[in-house]
This record gives sequence, structure tokens and C-alpha cells, in this order.
Amino acid sequence: MLEQKDLLELENLSKENIELILDTAQKFKKLFTKSVKKFPALKGKTIVNLFYEPSTRTRNSFELAAKRLGADVINIVSNTSSIMKGESLIDTGKTLEAMKVDFIIIRHSISGAPNLLAKNISASVINAGDGFHEHPTQGLLDLFTIKDKIKDIKGKKIVIVGDIAHSRVAKSNIFALKKFGANITLVGPSTLVPESFKTLGVEIDYDLKNAIKNADVINILRIQLERQTKNLFPSISEYVKFYKVTEDLVSSLDSNVIIMHPGPMNREIEISSHLADTKKSVILEQVTNGIAIRMAVLYLLSLFKNISKVSL
Amino acid sequence: MKILIKNGNIFDPTRNFNKISDIYISGNKIKKIGKNLKLPIKNLKIIDAKGKWVLPGLIDIHTHLREPGYEGKETIKTGTMAAAKGGITTICAMPNTNPTLDTVPVIEYLILKSEKEALVNVLPIGCITKKEEGKEITEIGSLVKAGIVAISDDGKPVSDSFIMYKVLEYTKTFNIPVISHSEDLNLVNGGVMNEGEISMRLGLPGIPSAAEEVMVARDIILAERTKGTLHIAHVSTKGSVNLIRDAKKRGVKITCETAPHYFTLTEEAALGYNTNAKINPPLRTKDDVKAIIEGLKDGTIDIIASDHAPHTKEEKNREFNFAPFGIIGLETELALTYQKLILEEKMDINFVLKKLITNPIKLINLKNRGIIKPEYFADIVIFDPNKKFIPKDNIASKSSNSPFLDWKLLGKVDTTIVNGKIVWDNDRFYY
Repeated sequence: MLEQKDLLELENLSKENIELILDTAQKFKKLFTKSVKKFPALKGKTIVNLFYEPSTRTRNSFELAAKRLGADVINIVSNTSSIMKGESLIDTGKTLEAMKVDFIIIRHSISGAPNLLAKNISASVINAGDGFHEHPTQGLLDLFTIKDKIKDIKGKKIVIVGDIAHSRVAKSNIFALKKFGANITLVGPSTLVPESFKTLGVEIDYDLKNAIKNADVINILRIQLERQTKNLFPSISEYVKFYKVTEDLVSSLDSNVIIMHPGPMNREIEISSHLADTKKSVILEQVTNGIAIRMAVLYLLSLFKNISKVSL
Repeated sequence: MKILIKNGNIFDPTRNFNKISDIYISGNKIKKIGKNLKLPIKNLKIIDAKGKWVLPGLIDIHTHLREPGYEGKETIKTGTMAAAKGGITTICAMPNTNPTLDTVPVIEYLILKSEKEALVNVLPIGCITKKEEGKEITEIGSLVKAGIVAISDDGKPVSDSFIMYKVLEYTKTFNIPVISHSEDLNLVNGGVMNEGEISMRLGLPGIPSAAEEVMVARDIILAERTKGTLHIAHVSTKGSVNLIRDAKKRGVKITCETAPHYFTLTEEAALGYNTNAKINPPLRTKDDVKAIIEGLKDGTIDIIASDHAPHTKEEKNREFNFAPFGIIGLETELALTYQKLILEEKMDINFVLKKLITNPIKLINLKNRGIIKPEYFADIVIFDPNKKFIPKDNIASKSSNSPFLDWKLLGKVDTTIVNGKIVWDNDRFYY
């Protein structure tokens, strides 16, 4: 089990705990990719998806994971703009707690919002992405996907492309991958790849072609189209010119190179459409693995809270 | 009331004076200083200050009293209680209240209310621009007549360089300082903490040190051109210290202040999304802290002020981005300064006290206070350098937003006397 109430970030999650989650996810994946999709360890438990930011895949992934564990799920979808005038996050959390929910899965546009919620309520809190901070289940599912293809990632080169500064996915990936000894290179426009990331023990490059040399994995982030209006880069077409990952660029690399993307993709902006659909791409496997990881996280946290008696 | 303070170790930084002596206070004035003063016993309160320091009361030129308008955070009464407890006998009240301190009636209201309710002397600071909107300057001359001692739009910068230029020119007639909250809002760009490693880890939007330094540089250039009196509030970066040091060398009429948190804490205090470490300007890096201490040592930084900024628990217990900037500081200022600068950095006691007493008095032209001398107002503090306290045990302020709540601080104010009257003594207030 995980010796903690919440899953808020990978920065402070030990390598052992990450391995435990991956091993557990492996078992769940075997189960639900066969004919029996349900494993009712969380039967009678209630899980709330509290999403203050639009999301389809993460929310559905959590919902399916919870349902395959036999839990009841409700979805609360709100947008951040209503937070300021509406009920405070802590009051919302306490209200849900009064309804005796067991887990709150929160997505929020403000970094640290899940930490604030977790500190103020006794239900388990799972961070489904907060601001520019972390997206721990995405980091775990990316690691799971990479380890599925490359057994030992120590010394392997993993390149993350795009808007690093505003990416919780990049950060959770870095924290998880570093614990397993991977070499990480970040690449993107210099305004979106701050120098401060070097303190995490990664390489920084601004030239895509140079950065992906000898890469074993290329993880391509979604570019937020609104960043250009803030003058962080001049235009989408200039971004495409310098940072779109194409088949052509990848063709010079080892044929086993893995192409990843957390989705949803902007085809022909950060990734060429064709590349996304080649055999090198594991983008859809990431989606499948996401369910397994989220089942594992829910299950392991429930053991700590002693609310599940079922053993796997 | 007649008071005799016996055998205290008197420090008077303005005159570089230090000796063990008695002080006799009668009415609101200091009357006599000398060894073994023999005085009539009748109606005489005797305080034994043996082994303790006896200081002129501190002057804090940067306090947010929050009244009028934000009495949920602080009031004149609770704010001045916090000051008295911290050994501060005069505070300058920043004008970002509601209404803002930008008209004569509001200034008069604050002064009258303070006469009734304040435990220490309260001196208002007026706005530079109406409602601190940065658009139209206030009737500065009339405000001076009404009693303000400085002008500032603190909390907000004067972004319009033309306004700052003309204000530095105009105030020369009235002999008051222009206190600049130096911040380029375009560079701040929604930031909530120092831009760097910690903001990256926490995923919080950063405020680069350039946001402060660009404005400090601009204000220095304007002060140099106009020969106006410029005071830079809450200096927090190495770059600002360097700019001010160079300006002083060139003879620009400029002073500046920092606050205890800028020489005590770094940006790491915000880890865990600690909103009690959310301050503007933000806590910076180790390098900046080092530069601030250097600046204090070589005289670049003239003044230590609290920037006491109370906010309620509800306001602070929020998402980091939504919590307001600011921490309380009146009750911890002297102890933090004593611990960090006098004990750790081994700075001379009177040299440090000048930054809490002499230089603030010079800045605002305060008469007949801040010196332990007959016929001066009896604003006196008795400080025990060996006594410890934990701030959260007994907070006088209405708010408790401080990153120092759980610290064990050394150096406690035993007694505070304002205008010859004991207002704080042995953990009790006297009204």
C-alpha cells in the first residue's frame, strides 16, 4: 500500500512507491484487457471528480478506473472563473466530505490547489493536474509506457518538446524519470524553457534537431495556442517551423525510438499527423495505460485508508 | 505619571551613547538622566532595568493599519497594540485604506481616531495619486498641513514616469519624502512569488527581480534630475542594493528601507504553498539576502521597517494565487533584527539601532522624539536581550499572517512607554 492519504506530486514520491504503483498497474492492465473488466475492490465507495478545468481524457480515465474498481462516481465540472465569486475550495471540499465521499480527484488551474484541499479535509485527494505544478498520474502512466518498451531506462535519452514552463506533464515526467536514472533533455523556444529547470538535473536545448540526436523517447507536449497572444512566441506558424516533430526529423534516429504525446494533439502543429499514426507512436497505449495507473493509485491509497479489504 | 527607570543599559544611537544610568520621566517628557538619581518617593513608579537595554522607542515608517475600511484585518487599536508590544512607539500609517488617505478630511479622521484609540504615536502618510490610481496627484501641500509626514502609493507603483517626475519636483516645497513602491507591473505579469527555482518547482508564476530593479533605476534617474527626496520602500534584491549604492556615491538624494523578512528568509519559505510567505516584493534568494545584509552593513540601506500587512486567516487560507500579499511584522521586527544583525552578523548595536530610530526620524523630520535627553518626549523601550518568546503564543495584532509564528525568538520587549505613559509592561497592555 501507499503510506499516504493523498497523491499530490511525484517530486516527493519514493522510487519504491512508484515501482509499487507500476507493478500494481501491470496486474490491473492484465485484468481489464482480458474479458473481465471489473475488480470490485472499491465497491460501496464514492469518488468525486472535481474538475475546475475542462478535461475529457483525464476525467473519463479516472471515471472508468473508479468504475472498474466498483466505486460510485460523480462528476463536478466547473470553470475556474467561477471560483472567485463562488464557494471557496475548502468549503467545497468540506461539503463533499460531509456527503461522506472517500476520494476527491481534483483538477485545478491554480498550482497547489490540491495541496490546499488535502490539508483541509480527511478524504483522500488525488491531483489530476494543477496549474503548472504537477500531473502525477500522467507522469506515472508515461513512465509505465516507457518501461513497457524499454526495460531499464537508466542512461536512456528522453527528450521532452514544447512549452516546458507551463507544463505540469513535463514536471511530473522529469521527477519520475530522474528517479530511474534517465537522461532528460528539454527543448522548445527559450521563452518557454526556463534556465531554472537545470536545477532538476536536466539538459536544455533550443534546437530541436540537435536535441533529439540519439533520443530513445520523444515526448511531445501540447502547445497551448493562447501563449502566443502573451508574446512568449511570435506565432503558431513560427512555432511549427522550428518545433514541429516530423517523420523526417525522426527518420535519422534509431528505428526503435518511441513517440509520445499526452493528448489532446494539435496535429500538424507540435506533431506531424503522419508521425502520430506510425508504429513508433505509443499515444494510444498511453491512454490504455492511464486507466491501469489510475486503478492502481486508487486501490493502493484505499488500502492505506483501510477502506478496501480485497487483496489483489 | 512619574517613572524612574533604574540601572538600565541605555543606548541612544543618534548620539552614539551607551552607558548604565537612571532615567526620570515626569508628565510626557524625560526630565533627568544620571546615576543614582535621588527623587521624591511619592507617586513614583520605579522600574528596575538592571541587565536590560533601555532604548528610545522605535519608529516604523511602513505600517498598514488597515483603518479605515479594512477593520477585519486590523484597527488603529490592535495595530498600535502590536506596535507597543514590539517596542515601536511611533508608526507611519500607509494610505492604502478605504477610503485611501488622499484628502484632508480622511487624514483628520485618522489623526483624531488615533488620539482616542492608539497606544503609540500615529503619523499618516498621504497618497501620491488620488485613490492610488496613478492618474491624478493629490493636494499634497494641504495634506502636509493636515499632518502627513510623507507620500506614497504603497501597494501600487506610480507607473506613469511623468507623474513621478513631477511629484519629486513638487514635493521639494514641502520638504517631505516620496516613498516609492518600486514595481514594474508589466514585468510582474501576474507573478505571485520570486521567479526562479522554487517558483518553477511549485509551478507558480514568478516575479523577476528585474520588476523591482527597473523601477528603482527609473526613480533614481528622476530623483537625480529633480533633486527631490526619494525613499525606496522594501528593497529586496541585490540589483536594487547595487543601484542605490551607486546612486548614493554620485550624491543622489535617496534613502531606502528593507524589512526583517528580507534579511531573514528566502523564497524557500513558500514551499508547501505557504501563503504566510507570500509577500510583495517576494522573498528572494540566498544571494539577495546576502546583498541586503551587505547593504545594511555599508550604509546603503538606511532603515529597517516592518511593512506590517495584516490579512485575515480566511484570506490567507486559499489557493496561493488568490491569497493576498503581505505579513504582519510589528511584533517581531526588533527581535529578528537583534538576532540576525546584532547576534549573527555581529553588527554594532547603536549602528543597527540607527536604522530603527535615528534614520527614520531624519527621513520624516520628527522633532523632539527618538533621543534620550531631558525635555524630549518620553518614548522609551525596555528590552531584555536574554528573554525568549514564541510569536504565536500571544499575538496582539488582529491578524496572525506571519512566517515566524512558530519561531523561538530571542530578545523581548518588557516595557514600552509612550509620551511618559506605560502602555505595555510585563505582558500586559495599559490604556
